[in-house]
Amino acid sequence: MRELLEQAWTVARKDLVLEFRTRTALLSAVVFTALVLTVFNFGRDPTAVATIDLAPSILWVTFTFAAMLALNRAFQLELENGALEGLLVSPLSRHSLYLGKLLANLGFVGVVEAVGLPLFVLFFDVPVGPVLFPLIAVIALATVGFVSVGTLFSAMVVRTRFAELMLPVLLLPFLLLPLTYAVQATARLLGGRPLSEVSGWLKLLAAYDLVFVAVALLLFPHTVDE
Amino acid sequence: MLSAEGLRHAYGRVVALDGVSLTLAPGQTLAIFGPNGAGKTTLLKVLAGLIRPQQGWARVAGGRRAIGWIGHQSHLYGHLSVRENLLFWAALYGVASVQRGGRATAILERLGLSDRAGQPVRSLSRGLAQRAAIAKALVHDPPVLLLDEPFTGLDLAAAAQLRTLLGELRGAGRVVVLATHNVDEGVELATDVAFQRQGRFVQLAPRGARGAAEIAEAYRRAVTDA
Repeated sequence: MRELLEQAWTVARKDLVLEFRTRTALLSAVVFTALVLTVFNFGRDPTAVATIDLAPSILWVTFTFAAMLALNRAFQLELENGALEGLLVSPLSRHSLYLGKLLANLGFVGVVEAVGLPLFVLFFDVPVGPVLFPLIAVIALATVGFVSVGTLFSAMVVRTRFAELMLPVLLLPFLLLPLTYAVQATARLLGGRPLSEVSGWLKLLAAYDLVFVAVALLLFPHTVDE
Repeated sequence: MLSAEGLRHAYGRVVALDGVSLTLAPGQTLAIFGPNGAGKTTLLKVLAGLIRPQQGWARVAGGRRAIGWIGHQSHLYGHLSVRENLLFWAALYGVASVQRGGRATAILERLGLSDRAGQPVRSLSRGLAQRAAIAKALVHDPPVLLLDEPFTGLDLAAAAQLRTLLGELRGAGRVVVLATHNVDEGVELATDVAFQRQGRFVQLAPRGARGAAEIAEAYRRAVTDA
């Protein structure tokens, strides 16, 4: 177990160092987030629909599509100089490779969300202060869910043509559940509803995370082996 | 130390391995010569555990940790320095953290890359990148070396240096399997020679006292007559 986690951390650290050096995908995702929020801000009619009703969906649509950029690059950087082959020849377990990629993707998406949330508050003037910690819990649980599935599909499509198109097509149907849970929980939090109304959605998100991290761990070796 | 029995593998209708068997003990260097598409790379990938053969088995004492692999690609990350790459791969191969720095320094010195240690791999010439790939394959001091066209991209001096290094490594009791389509490369290193054609070993025998010219003539006969 210790070796599994050490190897996973080695992979994750390498991915994060590479991302920090190049910053291409991270900058693209952050700029994308800012642009989408700007477009939604100016593209809605505030007199037709109340901001508080629209805001949760906008937040999660933005985070989902920004995360796609991260997930697309997760395994593409392993195609450089055939590094994926090197990883598969090495004693690195497939499970460590998956967990390492999952950790790096969570870090990457977390940075995008950390930038996106204040912009969301700024543009939509929603009261997140009183519900900040429960909101962070919702974001964290939903992010683990869709990044765990996305990491698996990212490995699956990396050696296909049009991988960048294939990933959203395969992934989005699997994101319907966590997105629904996250939007419902966020709407209740921003609407000032009691936390007891949110706990059910949090439990569903946690259950989704447990199931899909376990399923992805089981399936991952079959997606990368020749 | 390395053995395989009855290996058979096909990609659709194309047979890449057809009944290949071999056993190698420490100190033996097997040079596998064959034209493009003969199945040499598939054989090395099976020996490395990268491909599961459809029939037969392959075993390396010590498992993946015991293997050093040099393939068609360097497996190095362009945005990491040569030294960072070596430390990353040493960690994956289970080299203790206190030993990684020393190992990397020693192998860089041995391959004449000390002054390039801090340079990003993407800025290296092809020959230097190939040397860095060799350093990566040796950083965990593997007892088994699998080399797929290792001389590709090396200038004459670097190729001579690699031959010397491989000679030293063989002397240290390693098993080396070298696959190439060029009979002039690596003959003098080999203790055993195999000619592969359409997935089969049409000849597998000790090199004995045969020189490069004799081997080349035997190879030409074997791959044209079989």
